[in-house]
Amino acid sequence: MAGAPRPATHREPLRETTLKLELRGITKRFGPLVANDHIDLTVSPGEIHGLLGENGAGKSTLMNVLYGLTSPDAGEIVVDGTPRTFHSPSDAIGAGIGMVHQHFMLIPVFTVAENVLLGRESTRAGGFLDRRAARARVRTLSERYGMQVDPDALVENLPVGVQQRVEIIKALLRDADVLILDEPTAVLTPQEIDELIEVMRALREAGKSVVFITHKLKEVRVVADTITVIRRGKVVGRAEPDATEAELASMMVGRSVLLRVEKVPAAPGEVVLDVDRLSVDDASGHRVVDDVSFDIRAGEILAVAGVQGNGQTELTQAILGLCKPVSGAIRLSGRPIGGRSPKQVLRAGVGYVPEDRQHDGLVSSFSVADNLVLDQYDSTPFASGIAFRPSVVREHATRLVEEFDVRTGSVDAPAGTLSGGNQQKVVLARELSRDLKLMVVSQPTRGVDVGSTEAIHRRIVTARDSGVPVLMVSSELDEVMALADRIAVIYRGKIVGILGADASRDELGLMMAGVGEEKARADSEAHPSVMTLVELQHEHAGEEPTP
Amino acid sequence: MTGAESQPPAAQEEQPTHDAQPSIGANLVQAIVRGNSVVVTILAIALALLLGALLIAFSDDAVLSKFGYFFAAPMDALNAFGSSVSNAYGALFRGAIVAPSTVSAYAAGHATASQVFYPICLTLADAAPLILAGLSVSIAFRAGLFNIGAQGQVITGGLLAGYLGFAIHLPIVMHLVVAIAGGFVGGAAWGWIAGTLKATTGAHEVITTIMLNYVAASLLNYLLATSAYQRPGQQDLISKIVRPNARLPLLAGTRLPLDFGVIVAILAAVACAWLLSRSTFGFELKAVGGNADAARTAGMSVGGTYALVMLVAGGLAGLAGGAQVLSTSTSYSITGGLNSSLGPNAITVALLGRARPLGTVLAGLLFGALQAGSITMQAVTQTPVDVVTVVQALIVLFIAAPPLVRGIFRLRGSRTGGQDGALAKGWNG
Repeated sequence: MAGAPRPATHREPLRETTLKLELRGITKRFGPLVANDHIDLTVSPGEIHGLLGENGAGKSTLMNVLYGLTSPDAGEIVVDGTPRTFHSPSDAIGAGIGMVHQHFMLIPVFTVAENVLLGRESTRAGGFLDRRAARARVRTLSERYGMQVDPDALVENLPVGVQQRVEIIKALLRDADVLILDEPTAVLTPQEIDELIEVMRALREAGKSVVFITHKLKEVRVVADTITVIRRGKVVGRAEPDATEAELASMMVGRSVLLRVEKVPAAPGEVVLDVDRLSVDDASGHRVVDDVSFDIRAGEILAVAGVQGNGQTELTQAILGLCKPVSGAIRLSGRPIGGRSPKQVLRAGVGYVPEDRQHDGLVSSFSVADNLVLDQYDSTPFASGIAFRPSVVREHATRLVEEFDVRTGSVDAPAGTLSGGNQQKVVLARELSRDLKLMVVSQPTRGVDVGSTEAIHRRIVTARDSGVPVLMVSSELDEVMALADRIAVIYRGKIVGILGADASRDELGLMMAGVGEEKARADSEAHPSVMTLVELQHEHAGEEPTP
Repeated sequence: MTGAESQPPAAQEEQPTHDAQPSIGANLVQAIVRGNSVVVTILAIALALLLGALLIAFSDDAVLSKFGYFFAAPMDALNAFGSSVSNAYGALFRGAIVAPSTVSAYAAGHATASQVFYPICLTLADAAPLILAGLSVSIAFRAGLFNIGAQGQVITGGLLAGYLGFAIHLPIVMHLVVAIAGGFVGGAAWGWIAGTLKATTGAHEVITTIMLNYVAASLLNYLLATSAYQRPGQQDLISKIVRPNARLPLLAGTRLPLDFGVIVAILAAVACAWLLSRSTFGFELKAVGGNADAARTAGMSVGGTYALVMLVAGGLAGLAGGAQVLSTSTSYSITGGLNSSLGPNAITVALLGRARPLGTVLAGLLFGALQAGSITMQAVTQTPVDVVTVVQALIVLFIAAPPLVRGIFRLRGSRTGGQDGALAKGWNG
């Protein structure tokens, strides 16, 4: 990196070598919660450092400390051997640390170059923005690290993966030598993940270091040089990338975990849900579900796979009666339910786990008990007439909390105080406790820890085995492949194809990016992705985890 | 990374992925129902009374003149200060609860029992409409709605109750029941308009209820000038007199102002408490207030709930109007005085009562006492009644800004500042 041309406006003196970053004994408390407990972390120059941990393990807090967003209660940040105190992100940026947040900080109606200019506008004589220089810089950087970014494209027109690269360019232009990527793969298609991996490697070649925050075992093994695992705010171990997934998972969770769901082959019965040429428009009149047809039989799981925002949300909402279809029919056991109210659909025996449980699934100020009857509070035995029966509701809750292993102090605790995984168990318990004809589950394990994921997956399979058809929407390919009996890939509101459970990861990935079924199969066989290659290697080496 | 500074540190990673932006209504409910501890409420009242004391002292010419030579004789000034405040608050207490001098006079046989109980009865009578209108605002709060329209609902309720009181003939008891029910219906209709507008068109209830207040006020002035309402032979705006059968009966003899309105208020509070904690509608209402999206997803009709809540809230405010019109305090008639500050005070009462029925009753009693006592205070010490209005306003200010109160008293926050401040900052959205 030494001798490479640098932007003229940087604030720090030139560094001769790239920086070495050390965190020593970082402790951060929020009230009684210790988010970070004496965390030590060393990021050497030119390494990709994987920071692995579950949601709530303290990864983001640690990075917020490092980026100057919060100040630690104890411990120090050492850059190139000098202790530093960061009061704000600009201090951290000045020290050569760049961050790419999970939610991008870009202005959609600006071009890439304009976004990159923001906050460090350099002007020509007369106060005009120097757009030309900004464009040139974006071009240079994107070429150097193999990122294809058009400086003149409007950010709102770019795919998420490219927007992420714009964020990376922004950080690089601010002279970052350490890049923190916070859950960067959560929003990407498998192909985009591959491309990101290439970019991360190019950065490493150039001597930059990358802190890669994730809870995904596969990715961290593929790309990281060193892996630090944290659990409950503590560093519980370090691992090399050749550690098995099972080893990493048990470090992350603190016990051994079943990574594969055990299930017998499906025994599909008669058609229960029949969706026929369904189209849905969003509030602004855009067609978001476009002429979609499929059916689900009793005792099978149909997964709808796709990158978030391709119409899955509206599809499930239309089935539930939460939004009105423009055309098409939805039939439950032959009876049309399209256009019914949500209450009618729920009463007809449809269970629903919405994709965003905090937003749509729970009233966080309500007790766990009340949340467990949120959609049956006015029917027997929980109500008689207009009188609500809290004692019956509590009994019901006590039973379900036990049965579904919801970790809560009491059934009277507000649902908002539970962890993500336990909140999801509450929603799942509520729906599965009813007499169901169909189960609709959206993103069942988003933001859920590995331990709870295991339990939730088992519940879904149990429901299937008891003859309930399951419609599962997920943007996690691993989840889709683990649970589904059939997989419908959705792209821009259309079903690109419906595949069997034996579909390959690459084929699904390509279809999620809009490639047609035939071509996807051919391409995936011709050019296997990085992730698949690594997996194959491990399989050949007999390393596949045995739980 | 220009945007980075505005990114709040993720304090608790436990709530990941989507930071769902709660609606203003949900924020309000959080802030009001949960945000304030009882301690903060009591301290807010104490703080407001303290600032009120300063106001009393410095509006007193005697105190001011003593402070003119404070450094020459500081004790003079402080004594004047102390006696001014204690005289005023003493008079307030005597006017609102009980006057010790009357008690001793009664013991010596110089005063009647009525004289002893007069202040407390006046407080109760003043508290009744405050409690009813306060319940109206409270119940709307719980559904995440800000009912600014209690004032208008009081007027329409009063107009209908009064009309039924003087325009029809019915036997005893039944006439009173019909008139009170009329008060509920009159207010309920007015509230329902705002609720339905919100449910069907999304019109914000704050805007619609404020506008409906103006409509109701004009309606009052208009109707009081029509032959249907106006008392024959009168030029000013005063209605016909309510027939004896429809008047709220006095509970403690003709010498004391205490009437059946207090019982109506207590019954309404009990009904609200049952509704909120033990009815399916209460469950629905609280769910909509807590998270309207989740309520909708769980099959509840959010719009229908809004309409029904505003109907009930309007009805409660209408009862407050009816209780005034049918009461001895207005000499059983409707006047322009029906458009008073009851609506705004009801919001204060609901805030102070943390949107809970029992709390609202207690807050209504406090405000009733302040109102009743302020008249004696003005009569005895020439302290303007407005001081009490200022104290009431300060209470709200401190309730709405718990971090301020905690800061002043160096209390440890029971939860993070963000939520507590929601009420204070929730209005820019």
